[in-house]
Formats: sequence, C-alpha cells, structure tokens
Amino acid sequence: MDQKLYMEIKNNSLPLDLKEIPILKYEIFYDRVLAFLKEEGKHCVAYYGVESAGNLKLYCCIADDNNNIVVLFAHELNKDHPVLKSLTPECVPLHIFEREIHENFGVEFVGHPWLKPVRYPYNRKDVSEIMDNYPFYNIESEELHEVGVGPVHAGIIEPGHFRFICNGEKVLHLEIQLGYQHRGIEELFITKCNALQRCILSESIAGDTSIGHSMAHSQLIESLAGIQVSEALQIERCIALEMERLAIHIGDTSALCGDVAYQLGQVVCEALRTTIINTTQFWCGNRFGKGLIRPGGSNYPLNNEVVNEILRVLDDTGRRFFEVTDLIYSLPSVLGRFDDIGILTRQQALSLGTVGMTARTSGILRDIRKTHPFQYYKNYLVRPVILETGDVLARGMERVLEVHESVKIIHELIEIWQQKIKDFRKPVYDYNLKPDSFAISMVEGWRGEICHIAITDNSGNIAHYKVKDPSMHNWMALALAVRNQEISDFPICNKSFNLSYCGNDL
Amino acid sequence: MFKEINVLKSHGIQYVKNLRMQPVSELFRGRPVISDDITKDEIKTVFSACPVMAINGNSGSIDMGRCVFCKECSFLLPNKIRFTNDYRISSNVREALIIKPGSETPLQLDENLIRKEIRRLFKSALKLRQVSAGGDNSCEMELAATGNVNFDFGRFGIEFVASPRHADGIVITGPISENMAEALEITYKAIPSPKIIILAGTDAISGGIFEGSPAIDRRFIEKNHIDLYVPGNPIHPLTYINGVMDLLGVGG
Repeated sequence: MDQKLYMEIKNNSLPLDLKEIPILKYEIFYDRVLAFLKEEGKHCVAYYGVESAGNLKLYCCIADDNNNIVVLFAHELNKDHPVLKSLTPECVPLHIFEREIHENFGVEFVGHPWLKPVRYPYNRKDVSEIMDNYPFYNIESEELHEVGVGPVHAGIIEPGHFRFICNGEKVLHLEIQLGYQHRGIEELFITKCNALQRCILSESIAGDTSIGHSMAHSQLIESLAGIQVSEALQIERCIALEMERLAIHIGDTSALCGDVAYQLGQVVCEALRTTIINTTQFWCGNRFGKGLIRPGGSNYPLNNEVVNEILRVLDDTGRRFFEVTDLIYSLPSVLGRFDDIGILTRQQALSLGTVGMTARTSGILRDIRKTHPFQYYKNYLVRPVILETGDVLARGMERVLEVHESVKIIHELIEIWQQKIKDFRKPVYDYNLKPDSFAISMVEGWRGEICHIAITDNSGNIAHYKVKDPSMHNWMALALAVRNQEISDFPICNKSFNLSYCGNDL
Repeated sequence: MFKEINVLKSHGIQYVKNLRMQPVSELFRGRPVISDDITKDEIKTVFSACPVMAINGNSGSIDMGRCVFCKECSFLLPNKIRFTNDYRISSNVREALIIKPGSETPLQLDENLIRKEIRRLFKSALKLRQVSAGGDNSCEMELAATGNVNFDFGRFGIEFVASPRHADGIVITGPISENMAEALEITYKAIPSPKIIILAGTDAISGGIFEGSPAIDRRFIEKNHIDLYVPGNPIHPLTYINGVMDLLGVGG
C-alpha cells in the first residue's frame, strides 16, 4: 500500500494526532501541494512554519471546497540550511505565505519573485531588516513619478504605507507595505495562557471582526477540549455573526457614498449602521459584540426580549436600507464613479487565491459557511451572493445583496431558535486541551475566511497558535485592481475592498 | 426626486439632541461599582480571574485604564461588583480612573489640572489628528462615529482633520506598536504648539491585553503629558464626546 501523504480534517471536528501527520520529503510535498492547488475547488487556507526542537516544520492546509474537507501536508527541514524551491512561480496564492515563512525563519525560497517582508514582526529572523528600508519596486524613468501615502492616512483609519508609481494621473503600479499594527498576537496566545485572556486577545485581532475572530477561537478551543455546545447556542452565534456582517456592510455602503461625495447616501447609511450596532449593544453591552462569544457557553444567552428587538430593528433598518440603496444604485453620478472602476478579473482573483467577498464579486464561490460549514450553518443552507464584474460597483452591490441575505438568514434562524431547547450554559474557562494535537477552525467573517490553528504539546498546553485573517490573501488583489486607474480612484477602490491592517499585521 | 423625499422621510431626525444625557442600553459596560463590604477572599477570586490585572489584589479597586470591560468579575460576584451604564468615565487624571470599593460618585475632570491655554485657545474650535498605533480598528470606528449624523460632534467645532499641521492635538488609539512608534512621534512633532494629547481606549491608556508584549513600545506615553484619558474597549463615542466637552468646558 502507498504511504499516506496527507491528513484530512473537517472544519472544527476532532483534532488530529500530531504524530500521525506524515512528514513528506520536500520534492513530494512540492508536487502534491501543487497538484492539489491546480484545481479551482481547492485553495490554500494557511501555509506556515513552526519551530520545534531545532527543526522547522511547515504545514500547508488546503481547503477542498467540493468535499468539505481540509487537507494537511507537512514537511520538516533543518533550521540551519533553510533553502527550498519556491512554489510561488507555479502557484501564486502561496506567495504571501512563503514571504511570511521567509521573514519569520529565514527560509530562502529559490525562485520566489517577490520575497519581501510581510509585517516586520519583533521576532523576525533578520532584525537588520527595518521598516524604513522596505525594498520598494521602482522604475527608472523621467516620465514617471512616485507617490507615497501613509502610514498615517487622512482619515481615521489604521496605518499602512501605499507607494504608487504613476504615469501622469494613472497608476502603473501600487505596492502596499504593512506591519505598523504588529502587536505580537500569535505569541501572546501562548504567553497569556489564561483562557479569558485568550478570548480577549481573539476579540482584539481585528476589532471590526470581533465576533468572527472570537468565534474562530472559541470553536478551536471547543474542538481541542472536546466541548459540545447546544444547537440553540450555535444559532445564537450565527445570528451574532450575521449582525456583524450587516453592520459593516451598511457602514461600508455609507463610506463608499462618502468617497464619491454623495452625502445623502452616506448619512442615511451611517444612521442605519448605528441602529444595528446599538442592537448588538442591547444584546451584550458592547457595540462590536466583544464579550458575546466565549468557549462552551455564553454570558449573554439570547432571550425573547433581545429577539424582539432584533426583529424590530431588522424590519425597520432593512426597509430603510433597501430604500436608500435603491436610490444610491440608480444615480448616474454614483454609478459613474463605481462602474468599471478597480476591476479585479476572475482570472486575477483566482490566481491570487482571494477569499470571501473579494472572490465572490469576481465570480468565485468562496464561502466557508457553505463549503466548510461551522456552527448551525451545518444544518442551514446559505446562498452565497456571486457577482461577476469584479469592479467597485460589484463590491458595492455585493454588500447590498448580502445585507438582504443576512436579514433573511437572521429571520429564519430566529424561527428555528425558538423551537430549540436552551441550556443556558456558562462559558468554560477551565478546559483541558487534548495533548499533541493539531486543530483547525474556520469562520466566514464579513471579509471572508478567518482561520485559527493551534498545536498542543504533550501536556495539553498551546505550543503554537496561528491566526489568518482573510486580508492576508486579499491585499495583493487591491494592488492589482488599481492598476491603470486614476490615482484619484484609489480611495474608493480601497474602501470597496475594506481590508484589515491589524488582521494582517497581528 | 420622489425617491429622495421618501428616503429623507424615513431617515427623519437622527441627531442626538443632548449629548450629556443620551440614554444607552442597560447592559452597556461603563463605570463599575464595587461594594465596600467585598471580602479579602472575594478580592482574591476576582483578582486572579481578571485577564488584565485591572483589579488591585489588596484593595479590590478596579482600574478603568486597564480594564477591558469583559465584566467577568461581575459575573463571579454579581452582588459585589456591577458595571453601571454610566459612560461619562473620561478623566484628565490617570489615578481618577481607579474606582475604589464603595465609591459610587460619577467621574469629574480635575479643573485645576487642565492647562490654562486649552480652554483659552480651543474652546470654540478644536481640530484633532487621530493616530492608530496598533489599534484594532474598533476604537478608530467609534472615533469616526463621533462625527457622524447621530453624534455630530462637529456642532461644537470639534473635528478630526487630515493634516497634523492643521491640528491642535492628537488622539491616540492602540497600545503603540513598536513599528508605529516613530510615525507617531513624527506626527506629534508636526502639530504646532500648544497641543493636546488624548488617549482613547484601554489599549492606549495602559496597553490593555497587549501589556508586556515585546512588539509594543510605550515610551511616547511615558514621556509626554496626557490631557485626557478615555477608557473603553472600545470607547463609546459618548465617553469621548463628554470627556472632550468637559476638557474644553463646553456643552453645559
């Protein structure tokens, strides 16, 4: 019989036994990973390195969307001679992961065209690499000029540096330098070993996705600790996740209007977002849902009073949102700024390995709720919104249509929830994790696929914690989408993607 | 045309009339109240449960500058610790954020410690530059919300501006990541004097959950005078608004 080459794991199922994960020779690892990623229904979820006993282990998790499983490949190499043949020339989506492994551990990926720093972590391999010396791509030409923007931007947003190479008003090339938000989150998951500290940390990975990330963390802990939660609680979590999606999508619609100076659309949507986040606050005391998701139980179980408030707000806000978006997306002055701007073609989106909303607006079905269902989505069929044109207009419309869907989902989930038995269990903080295990947890946040992966040591402590925000895949898509656009269209392009800086920088 | 009228009709009036007294949800986690009969053992319990060492292990006081408002201490001792929905918790004195057992008095700024030039120069217009230094984007969104159609803080001439050259001060969010420390310094230096510093959110005030991380660098906070502390995780827009109004002495 052939030697087993990989492990299969389902999203949030039982963890894998570390010792059972086959370690492949790099040639085999290289071939198998490439062969898997050639198919459209498979994409890389995470590819990262873990130091153990002087060696470096590489784990590559590939989601097989058609069969609802994640396939795990592993390779081990000596830390002293870290030279590997790069997979990127054959499979572009891996570019950012190889860059990360290079930055963290000094692995030379031979043939990688763009082996640049990702986030300048404090524990990077080469500390002589500093933010000021980022190796920007440049073109020697008297006709071209460069524009540098950031890290401090004009608005109240997070820091990042954008370097444009322009020909007149046209953007030839954009390079995005991140890392300003690096707080050492992944290491803190190990050093802050108290369960509650980890929950707070997960809520702070990206505050605009507090619910998404804290859910990914809670699921991960639950699968490592063997905790089952009731169906009622699973539904509550799904409702919270959809509320988060609603709030951000409505807020983004407002921001998109603001960027093209359509004030009515901006202020109306601003007010509507307020009603949604105030409902989340009514439920759990925090407008961003911090404190709502905990492993094993909930401090804020859903009750009829909250349900009635949610239904009341959704009816009113939903109606007003569709009324105003019907107006926004019929105005020539708005459409003229959105239509055909910042196009990310299906081919580009696919070759970059984009996920979430960005992929869906370029005609690719990537939605963890459907392909690797978690929580109550296992029993509830989500209908992902797929658009084809990949421009700002598509990304704007995607939000409107997803708001429609989320409102419908929440209504239907509430109906199901009312039939379920509630057990009102409190959160579990004194859990014991399964030793020597590997567990993966994925959640479809409003941006896309969030992934948390943990490895435990032989006494059940977390030895390694990996966080992947969807932005990690998608930043390069923004850089490509603005090529050949007017530089003045950059703000709406950026806003239409709305990627996370802190989620990338960790 | 008719569509616009319908949208405006549905929109109605959205602005908060009285920013001082706007009610918020019962469950909002604001100023904590600790019972003065809390026992040594009870203090020990909540001290060890607190994820950010916000609770003093001897006195049982809660430091809102460190607190992430997770409310777990209150879940453990519902009869001894409760979080009121009082959002007016900003202060110009760091120590005033420490709530002692038995204290139920709302926070007030120490008028004597407000620099004289602040009210003289900025009372009728205050333009601020926001810098996120490792912030998780929730405090940033709440700060942006202070200028939205609901809170409309611009009504007092208090707004965020793009250029530090146009600003009278800086509002910092996040624990100050090492990678952002220099940019923060440069931005602050670019602001003409006299200038103020406001720390928004627990992460900015104490580092919060990131305290002790080797990836943060808090020297900027240690060497500069802070004019206003705005606690919260994230801050509530009304906490910030009321704090700044108190600092400037505007809005009644």
